[in-house]
Amino acid sequence: MTVSTPDALIEIVGAPIDLTRLVAHVQHAGVGAVATFLGTVRDVNDGRNVTGIDYEAYQPMAEAEMRAIAAELGAQWEGLSVAIVHRVGTLGIGDVSVAIACAHARRAPAADAMRTAIEALKVRVPIWKRERYADGEWTWVDPTRSSGSGEPA
Amino acid sequence: MSVPVLVFASYADAFGARTVTVPVPVPCTVADVITAMRELPGGHRLPGKLLVAVNYVYARPESPVRDGDEVALIPPVAGG
Repeated sequence: MTVSTPDALIEIVGAPIDLTRLVAHVQHAGVGAVATFLGTVRDVNDGRNVTGIDYEAYQPMAEAEMRAIAAELGAQWEGLSVAIVHRVGTLGIGDVSVAIACAHARRAPAADAMRTAIEALKVRVPIWKRERYADGEWTWVDPTRSSGSGEPA
Repeated sequence: MSVPVLVFASYADAFGARTVTVPVPVPCTVADVITAMRELPGGHRLPGKLLVAVNYVYARPESPVRDGDEVALIPPVAGG
């Protein structure tokens, strides 16, 4: 049975992300593998105790860049279907900040595309985060000035 | 002409605003916008290398900026 690949689901949202919605979007009869990724807020970064993160996006451009990433993935792996949703606003420890689902007939393209998508998002998509620390301080995270003490998720 | 420039995150903190309007020459390039932004109060807090988007696409310093374009200064991104 031939099923057309669904258009990418691309969103910046202000509410909690429901991964099942992304999975449902990329699923169709020709899919044999769905690879998913969740980015979550962790409690320590660069040795400091993090209490929460405020995310901010340049929404129309962020969605355009995520759509471009999805299109590039689709060109690299024919038949791939993609969903990328990023949350903005104030998030607490353990909250999901980004979710990705990539579906393909085969597992290798699904998994490789998922990994490629999150790596591309981190370097291209105009989204920023301000970490809040237990001591009351906060800072905008700048990956270009990483201390090198830890690899961010 | 004058161009409204969107600023975000640490850059918004630097200017104390989310949109900053700057006077620029005509014709205007991205480099002209950057020069004008650096001369504003708070502009000294901008880093040496700046990323600019015009109409939601990353632009080069020599890219033209025309009246009505949406121009944005993009701090180092940190999504995920």
